[in-house]
Amino acid sequence: MHVPDGFINAPVSAAAGAVAAVAVAVSLRGARRELAGAGQGVGAGAERTAPLAGLVAAFIFAVQMLNFPVAAGTSGHLLGGALAAILVGPYTGVLCVSVVLLMQGVLFADGGLTALGVNISDMAIVTTVVAYVVFRLLVKVLPRRRSSVTVASFVGALVSVPAAAVAFTAIYALGGTADVPIGKVFAAMVGVHVLIGIGEAVITALTVGAVIAVRPDLVYGARGLAKPLELRTSPLAPEGTAGPAPAPAAPALATPRRSARRVWLAGVAAALVCAGGLSYYASASPDGLEKVAHDQGIDAKAKDHATKDSPLADYSVKDITDPRLAGGLAGVIGVGATLAVGTGVFVAVRRRRATAPAAEGTGNA
Amino acid sequence: MGAGHAHKLYRHGHSPVHALPAHCKIAAVFGFVLIVVSTPREAVWAFGLYALLIAAAAVAARVPAGFLLTRLLIEVPFVAFAVLMPFVAEGPRLHALGMSLSESGLWGAWNVLAKGTLGVAASVLLAATTELRELLLGLQRLRMPPLLVQIASFMIRYGDVITDEMRRMRIARLSRGFEARGVRHWGVLAKSAGALFIRSYERGERVHLAMVSRGYTGTMPVIDATTATRTQWTRAAALPLAALAVCLLGWTL
Amino acid sequence: MDPLSTATPAAAPAPSLAVSGLAYAYPDGHQALFGVDLTVARGERVALLGPNGAGKTTLVLHLNGILEAGAGSVAVAGLPVAKQHLAEIRRRVGIVFQDPDDQLFMPTVREDVAFGPAAAGLRGAALDARVTEALDRVGMAGFADRPPHHLSFGQRRRVAVATVLAMRPEILVLDEPSSNLDPASRRELADILRSLDVTVLMVTHDLPYALELCPRSVVLSGGVLVADGTTQELLCDDELMRTHRLELPFGFDPRSVTVPQ
Repeated sequence: MHVPDGFINAPVSAAAGAVAAVAVAVSLRGARRELAGAGQGVGAGAERTAPLAGLVAAFIFAVQMLNFPVAAGTSGHLLGGALAAILVGPYTGVLCVSVVLLMQGVLFADGGLTALGVNISDMAIVTTVVAYVVFRLLVKVLPRRRSSVTVASFVGALVSVPAAAVAFTAIYALGGTADVPIGKVFAAMVGVHVLIGIGEAVITALTVGAVIAVRPDLVYGARGLAKPLELRTSPLAPEGTAGPAPAPAAPALATPRRSARRVWLAGVAAALVCAGGLSYYASASPDGLEKVAHDQGIDAKAKDHATKDSPLADYSVKDITDPRLAGGLAGVIGVGATLAVGTGVFVAVRRRRATAPAAEGTGNA
Repeated sequence: MGAGHAHKLYRHGHSPVHALPAHCKIAAVFGFVLIVVSTPREAVWAFGLYALLIAAAAVAARVPAGFLLTRLLIEVPFVAFAVLMPFVAEGPRLHALGMSLSESGLWGAWNVLAKGTLGVAASVLLAATTELRELLLGLQRLRMPPLLVQIASFMIRYGDVITDEMRRMRIARLSRGFEARGVRHWGVLAKSAGALFIRSYERGERVHLAMVSRGYTGTMPVIDATTATRTQWTRAAALPLAALAVCLLGWTL
Repeated sequence: MDPLSTATPAAAPAPSLAVSGLAYAYPDGHQALFGVDLTVARGERVALLGPNGAGKTTLVLHLNGILEAGAGSVAVAGLPVAKQHLAEIRRRVGIVFQDPDDQLFMPTVREDVAFGPAAAGLRGAALDARVTEALDRVGMAGFADRPPHHLSFGQRRRVAVATVLAMRPEILVLDEPSSNLDPASRRELADILRSLDVTVLMVTHDLPYALELCPRSVVLSGGVLVADGTTQELLCDDELMRTHRLELPFGFDPRSVTVPQ
């Protein structure tokens, strides 16, 4: 779904370009920290970034060519944003997918040059960040087991692809050059991408599972998991005398973590409440997207639907005939997006509070 | 400029376009596409002129028309979208060939097709006349962050190596009688993908060691700094300037 | 220590490599080296033999300061391996890694060979001359503008050697130089190595290759040096060979070989 030139008008393309540039700049800094190395040797951050991120980008580039047969002749492939985020961390993920998109645009004319910002915002940033936030949240909430990581990967990837479709629709609403009603674009994009998302989710979860089985230390998203696992296997004695050799910091972390979990659960609940409120609000009054539609003078048909008061009716999940499916889609996306935003805020606050460098490994969502 | 096919789109040659420094060409193509995108879609003749400009550039670069046209195929998914547009778009409708088409949808389809095609054509010309490494150096000269350039060049360098590994894994699977036919086989494919990731990451670590062993401290030494002369810039600017003139006409007429 | 080299200049220079009491444990607690002492005189060619997991790679990574010694010290031509002169140490110690694809990370052969000297600050004509010289010495001067992945494996291995030679190293450290080479490439590489007048430390499982190229060998096993002598003597010591899992290829008798100069 590489967007070509001319699909989105010039001002919005430029704005998306600016967003993409900022995000890539931030990711460049973040990736240094992520790649500084849980691995061997003296961690020398900056100089590891280029080769490792480059190789991960090459991996994503290659794995996008791996065909997964669906049925009789058709096949799909991985988009890779969610996978990258979970395996190497969100910043490196954004960076690598962006580089892949850049190279595809420049070398293979895949995706327009002026649409590069749109493509990066959509496919690199939204996918990766949403996938990672959802993933991280689930890992915090679910029991500390490897299977939880797989489940979290599945859900993260599942949400990330339609989220990108939503982002695309939003960009289209702002700067689309054709008069196709936003509702139809939304329905078509999200409908198709929910299907793609299921495939993406299955493949991502299986791949993350495969890596975890062999080299759990390489899975960035599961790094927090390793230490407590060791603690638990350590024998009969109570917490204080737990692991002698590997983890001097671990016992100190263990107690706050339990209370942190409760806070996380509360956060999820809050996010759900927010999501509910948001969708109620959204159904009551026309929002930004709808407004654009009105301005473009295509309100004739949209008016019919504004009177229907099912949740998120303004978004034309209307074109999908089954109302329950429509509601479900809107729900998944609404909750996913809200969780993403909520966790973002939560993590930002928490990180500001926890200034200790030890917290960094687990805290930087 | 020794041997060959550095990447799939590059065509070796000695045309005046090949000779231009990469950063001039990138800037020119980017400017051109930007101008095309900002042209009002009602100025149909302007797009014809743009196409002529691209054709002239292709002739100067000695890129055959067939090559250029086949590369445009990459656009196909969006062509499909564009073809649908007149049917689904809103607004007043006209009737042709027994179908009811939306007027604004037709304009939208035209807009996407014309601008998208010109954009792809310009990018293909750039990629066809510029070597991979030159492209990266050009991007660096255009102030793309050096770290990003490094990442991109590692990706290019090892893209083939890793794709090759992937191919070997596939052959190994086939040799053991495994052929993925449906969703049931995704597990095996995902294991391959996982193994590929581990190999890629570990190779990254080894490459890092090899670099550090030769004195790498985080910045790539800039070995050959190509600078562009004024005439080269002028030549490269011909395309976007001509396009700009067309665009201005398109807005005023 | 017999001075086998013909190229040794003047009176007793500092040895190319002096390792003493080197011990190292990885961060995860696994100890790989338990006190290694090794001196390699200037111009010598020494083979470092040992079974898998003996600590060979760990030792090699200490030679240019990628790993920091837990105990003991390493000095290259008199200069101790320490943080403050890492750049100079890495210029003096040229490591050729096992997989040339790891070593050749730049888009073209020329840029790759230029990488080391350029990182050390060399530019312009001097840099070009250095690159040409290094490529000449491995017979790859005609391939300067090729991308590395278009070369054969043997050619890539030779370019990998050139990338290191371009830094004019004091000592060349090769990790399994003969692995994956066909017999012709293997011989070509041997000829090249023999023609160089640098100190060579060669980590290998290829015992005939060690015998062919290195007058002296050391055996590293279990994190300590267990033998040090002329290669032929060591290879003929069946007891030593067996206890350290070193096996000669079928039909190869080291006693029957006359070692070239």
